[in-house]
Amino acid sequence: MAFEYAPAPESRSVVDIAPSYGLFIDGEFTDAADGKVFKTVSPSTEEVLSEVALAGPEDVDRAVKAARKAFVKWSALPGAERAKYLFRIARIIQERSRELAVLETLDNGKPIRETRDADLPLVAAHFFYYAGWADKLDHAGYGANPRPLGVAGQVIPWNFPLLMLAWKIAPALATGNTVVLKPAETTPLSALFFADICRQAGLPRGVVNILPGYGDTGAALVRHEDVDKVAFTGSTAVGKAIARQIAGTRKKATLELGGKGANIVFDDAPIDQAVEGIVTGIFFNQGQVCCAGSRLLVQESVQDELLDSLKRRLSTLRIGDPLDKNTDLGAINSAEQLARIKTLADAGEAEGAERWSPQCELPSSGYWFAPTLFTNVTQAHTVARDEIFGPVLSVLTFRTPDEAVAKANNTQYGLSAGIWTEKGSRILAVANKLRAGVVWANTFNKFDPTSPFGGYKESGYGREGGRHGLEAYLDV
Amino acid sequence: MGGAPLADVTSSDSSLRRFLHGLPGVDAVGLEARAASLGTRSIKTTAKAYAIDLAISMIDLTTLEGADTAGKVRSLAAKALHPDPTDRTVPTTAALCVYPDMVPTAVASLAGSDVKVASVATAFPAGRAALAVKLADVRDAVAAGADEIDMVIDRGAFLAGHYLKVYEEIVAVKAECGAARLKVIFETGELSTYDNIRRASWLGMVAGADFIKTSTGKVAVNATPANTLLMLEAVRDFRAQTGVQVGVKPAGGIRTSKDAIKFLVLVNETAGEDWLDNHWFRFGASSLLNDLLMQRQKLATGRYSGPDYVTVD
Amino acid sequence: MSESERQFERLSVFKTYKLYVGGKFPRSESGRVYEVSDSKGRWLANAPQSSRKDARDAVSAARKAFGGWSGATAYNRGQVLYRVAEMLEGRREQFTAEVAASEGISKSKAAAVVSATVDRWVWYAGWTDKIGQVTGGANPVAGPFFNLSTPEPSGVVAVLAPQDSSFLGLVSVVAPVIATGNTAVVIASESAPLPALSLGEVLATSDVPGGVVNILSGRTAELAAPLASHQDVNGIDLYGADESLAKELEIAAADNLKRVLRPSPMDFSAAPGTDRLTAFLETKTVWHPTGSLGASGSGY
Repeated sequence: MAFEYAPAPESRSVVDIAPSYGLFIDGEFTDAADGKVFKTVSPSTEEVLSEVALAGPEDVDRAVKAARKAFVKWSALPGAERAKYLFRIARIIQERSRELAVLETLDNGKPIRETRDADLPLVAAHFFYYAGWADKLDHAGYGANPRPLGVAGQVIPWNFPLLMLAWKIAPALATGNTVVLKPAETTPLSALFFADICRQAGLPRGVVNILPGYGDTGAALVRHEDVDKVAFTGSTAVGKAIARQIAGTRKKATLELGGKGANIVFDDAPIDQAVEGIVTGIFFNQGQVCCAGSRLLVQESVQDELLDSLKRRLSTLRIGDPLDKNTDLGAINSAEQLARIKTLADAGEAEGAERWSPQCELPSSGYWFAPTLFTNVTQAHTVARDEIFGPVLSVLTFRTPDEAVAKANNTQYGLSAGIWTEKGSRILAVANKLRAGVVWANTFNKFDPTSPFGGYKESGYGREGGRHGLEAYLDV
Repeated sequence: MGGAPLADVTSSDSSLRRFLHGLPGVDAVGLEARAASLGTRSIKTTAKAYAIDLAISMIDLTTLEGADTAGKVRSLAAKALHPDPTDRTVPTTAALCVYPDMVPTAVASLAGSDVKVASVATAFPAGRAALAVKLADVRDAVAAGADEIDMVIDRGAFLAGHYLKVYEEIVAVKAECGAARLKVIFETGELSTYDNIRRASWLGMVAGADFIKTSTGKVAVNATPANTLLMLEAVRDFRAQTGVQVGVKPAGGIRTSKDAIKFLVLVNETAGEDWLDNHWFRFGASSLLNDLLMQRQKLATGRYSGPDYVTVD
Repeated sequence: MSESERQFERLSVFKTYKLYVGGKFPRSESGRVYEVSDSKGRWLANAPQSSRKDARDAVSAARKAFGGWSGATAYNRGQVLYRVAEMLEGRREQFTAEVAASEGISKSKAAAVVSATVDRWVWYAGWTDKIGQVTGGANPVAGPFFNLSTPEPSGVVAVLAPQDSSFLGLVSVVAPVIATGNTAVVIASESAPLPALSLGEVLATSDVPGGVVNILSGRTAELAAPLASHQDVNGIDLYGADESLAKELEIAAADNLKRVLRPSPMDFSAAPGTDRLTAFLETKTVWHPTGSLGASGSGY
């Protein structure tokens, strides 16, 4: 008799989603000036969760004005007082973390195991960390009394909605800026709940403004002439458009864009942990992670052994209801993203790579994609070059460390990489040669508020997290 | 030892060393993270009922005290046969585990049942005795009717790198076992590193162990999710390589149903369902049984049970 | 209120002030107490007069706690210290009264002192996961080596709390010691020990593991001598010692080369720097070869 896990759904009743939400401007929820709204759905069921106001250019202007007005007092507050606001926010997030985890899982489609054990703890930790910086900026290495930039326009993606919000808002507020943030159109809810957290924390009005909307709302925000700082996480194409748009202005920018991370496994790797690292690298958040280890570079001498282990391990992945506490792989965030993954996977097959997925039953409604491996992949294949942003791993081989590094670097991206070997000097030698902003050795997809994150080359510029993350919001 | 898998690696101390040190390394942080992650599985309702009964059926109900008496062993035997006197649907435990001199009592008390008699031998728990004494210990227990022998390896020899000595001792004990199944205890807490535990696992399996077992229960660190996960990987890989299936027995420190179910999840998702049977997986435990029984009562009645509703044996 | 209850004023319950050692609240091993008075000489309480043996026990407790506290993540230590601030905030009134009585200042001034003290905890809570980033870093050595310096706590630190600033001063010297992962044996202000002893009650309910902070009241000179010469104490902050005592203690501390922070008066109301954080930190530098990718040296 097999050990079948009975359904173990997290209770949905911990979160109360209103039928509609407004924009959050100057401390209040308001309708869009032109009255437009859009719906946000749960990607695992296609159920409509709520109707959300859609911010237009007029709303952007209103929000930027509110942020500008709030900036005067906020930036003049002693750092210790700003710190205490951020500590309050961090604590309230901890208190409400189960509610927010369930909300995020509903709106994004990722498993509750991840929102509960990864997203939410990291969100709270990020606010804690930057709270502590607010009164220590003199010690951050940017000279005495470094000044904030002003109003930050921030545009975030749908893959880690609340975590990306934290990465943007926490350092901005700690350094004395005020913000206007646009969440992604498919995942606006946690940002709107965050607005309520700001209210509970007593944050002065206008310091944080939230404008749900599509790409054109984001573009309007970036374009607004009274925005001093642009922070964007998303696709490389949009990142380049932003870089062009702000050319010749005073606006400072942080861009955190795409990636095609190489996960390099040497023949002396701790093999069981490497298999786990590969799985975490590409199947965490259904592979919808800019720093995913989407290219597995395995030394030819251990290829068969590793792939056998990997396939056996993938057969144990549990796919389905994201609210089930035992689910490892949830839904793809949107129909649009699912279509993109399908197109790229089909291209991989058409170009001659060998496709494999474990036996698994996918739910009939919602957006789903089975975990997928491509073997016999070469550098020339589309699946080795394009960012798929889904649960699709391309397996390539190498013979020597030189070759591994050359292949790993042979991409326009440069966000992340992984190295698996028990030999310390090889880790450091390879890490030195990799053109990537984050290099994980014998681990993958690890994040910490104290650790800077960001890319080389077309993966963007600027760093978020750590002491380095302050620089992006200071006039230095 | 005819037909022993991987026989060539044991041709000399150096070849055995090369083999064991050629096994893939273990990254401790990654191993522990995986064990912890599997520990978050939520086992509810029907799955929990299944897991509780499976866990009960896998217990080597153990008494290994200097103060053991025939009375104590008889009372534990009764518990093994009928863990919950108020509910005859509760499965028996897998075995009763006692010192060699208590084997006759255990055999008599369990006669006619499926419950095995296991005996710790080889100068348990330290194992610090001459080989002849250890073998006599085993012979004695087997002659008295033990179905299973739980031996300890020579940790001193292992840590000093005398792998062949450890190997030969296991082989010699195995030869004394006859039909009895041999469980080889590594005392993982004393081996200290995960690399050592992986090496010991392979060493034990190559030497003919029927089971590999974490610990004696007599040291500070006994069975943990991480060391058991590592041993489950070893038996999985050993079968893939040799076709021979070896059992795993975590022992010591597993006291609650919640813990036991976590271990079963490790088995399920690492070695696989072929090991979800008391022929291939055991818990070395004593107080665990009553907690499983209380949880079982809770599932049946919806009320939380209390220690007055299970027997103290 | 009924007629009968109006006959008398309710008699208050006095608190027995106790030491705080190893997470417990013992009386002094010596059985001695001494009178603590307010600025006008009115009796406030009897404080335990600790002995050398209490000091010894406190060092044992601090040593026992060091492994866990220094091994905890910086994030965890930060959370715990922030929790102290939260718990203090809830006991503002008690501390305001104690500070006012101890230091002979008005209630409103004392309240400001307490506010500053809470904020001081918050300041140091935020340092736990930053001090390493500010004081450590990679060193560009001229060779194929990875070279990284990181600060680590010294160990058990004896702290002679300021004599005049019984609460803000106390926290200003204790918090930086434990923020970096040291454990502390604190000698409270001799004449005004009550806020320090009450702080023990706050620490005990703030997730701070027992033994991380140990608080002794008594004669500073009597307690400081065995701590300064104790071979299992790694550092000593002499703030609360006068010039001649400080010199004597510094000589004793030289026996096992304790890290010594000499007394130099500071304005506790001003924003602190990082001096007190770095005073009891060791820098550890790790070398590891990097080498080249392979013998061939080829570019692929």
